[in-house]
Amino acid sequence: MDILLGIRTQNEVLLITSRSLARGISVLKSDDVKVLECNKHTALAFSGEPGDTTNFVEFIRANVRLYGFQNKQELTTHAVASYARKELATSLRSRKPYQVNILVAGHNGTPELHWIDYLGTNVTLPYAAHGYASYYVLSTLDRWWTETLTLEEGLELARKCIDELEKRMPIDFKGCNIHVVDQNGVRLHE
Amino acid sequence: MDTVIDQLPKSVDAAAALPACVNGLPNFEFPSIDTPSAFLRAFTDDASNPDVPIKPQHGTTTLAFKFQGGIIVAVDSRASAGSWIASQKVKKVLEINPFMLGTMAGGAADCQFWERWLGSQCRLYELRNKKRISVSAASKILANVTYHYKGSGLSMGTMVCGYSEKNNTLEPEIYYVDSDGSRVAGQLFSVGSGQTFAYGVLDQGYDYNLSVEDALTLGKRAIIAATHRDAYSGNSCNLYHLKPTGWVYHGNYDAAAEIWRLKEAEGSFNDIRTK
Repeated sequence: MDILLGIRTQNEVLLITSRSLARGISVLKSDDVKVLECNKHTALAFSGEPGDTTNFVEFIRANVRLYGFQNKQELTTHAVASYARKELATSLRSRKPYQVNILVAGHNGTPELHWIDYLGTNVTLPYAAHGYASYYVLSTLDRWWTETLTLEEGLELARKCIDELEKRMPIDFKGCNIHVVDQNGVRLHE
Repeated sequence: MDTVIDQLPKSVDAAAALPACVNGLPNFEFPSIDTPSAFLRAFTDDASNPDVPIKPQHGTTTLAFKFQGGIIVAVDSRASAGSWIASQKVKKVLEINPFMLGTMAGGAADCQFWERWLGSQCRLYELRNKKRISVSAASKILANVTYHYKGSGLSMGTMVCGYSEKNNTLEPEIYYVDSDGSRVAGQLFSVGSGQTFAYGVLDQGYDYNLSVEDALTLGKRAIIAATHRDAYSGNSCNLYHLKPTGWVYHGNYDAAAEIWRLKEAEGSFNDIRTK
């Protein structure tokens, strides 16, 4: 039920993630952050099986950082996405596959967004969503997204999506965090 | 990677008591079957088969919260195996060391074994590094274990509480760690079958600026509330207060006596009719 949404604008990528963290019938936390800074210019948003999620993204981050240290050259966002996809695809054929869905957002001169699911599907998209949220907001994004959105317009569109989710999702997801990935790196908006 | 335990001579009792270590973790032999958790469930799931040979302890209420004066940890003391009350005086707060506490919900054996093991790992860290381990590091050691054994039937929901040094000041920390490998930092948690009842009182009475006395009272009151409504929680409440100087035990309170006292003092528990 976690919400994972990515919107590419002209100069940045927005990652919208729900703040609720629930186990069983209780909300354990209402200020959870589901985004991890992978390297200077790449962020991962994640959802899926508890335990698997943090373990997987921390593993990816550790190896991405290690690559940066060893080669004095950071992996590009595209490379991070390919690497994460490869790990998920390999894991899928193991005894206990990672059940993790991710969005990879980054900025290497131009902003880019990758949608990757636990089956190892990797697609580069202008806007993307995982889980039930996608059933509501993909149409919203299809209607209002354009190639030339400014940051303000992007945030406005994000607001539209969150409004729709708050109106139609049956479960309270305790609001959303918006992370902005641009040429200066990853930051939490507001 | 060899741990210190691996290097101890075999005559040392502590080393002999632990299973052989692999990759620094005690290693357990698994039955040679496809899904260990399903296999285990066939022998332990009371709901699907009342005649199961093994009935592990389940059902608990535990809570911990941060406030102005440190951390309060409160737990109940009932151990039940199915509908059978196995014990009424379980210690569900595990004293990892004088500065760190772990709580116990889920399988009693799993929690006791791994939190005691965690205590030894924390001590080894202290000996190696000449400083106390942080709560975040200690909880991560435990979470790495639960993640390692994910799917093999471990059952634990625990809160690792204590003070850690953060930019030269001691700060209170609570981490929720469970058997599916989750590890979550937070300000206030309640774990176990009675968690909803404890939350009901705790959330409504909580304020960061509570005095130590009021915070202890609130922690105890939330556990009593849960023992009243949750059949699998009960008997008594154990109370702890964590301060930068270590934890202080604040006693054991009989739940039944507390309920009658509170009914009188607060005018609450009006579902209990005396006439």
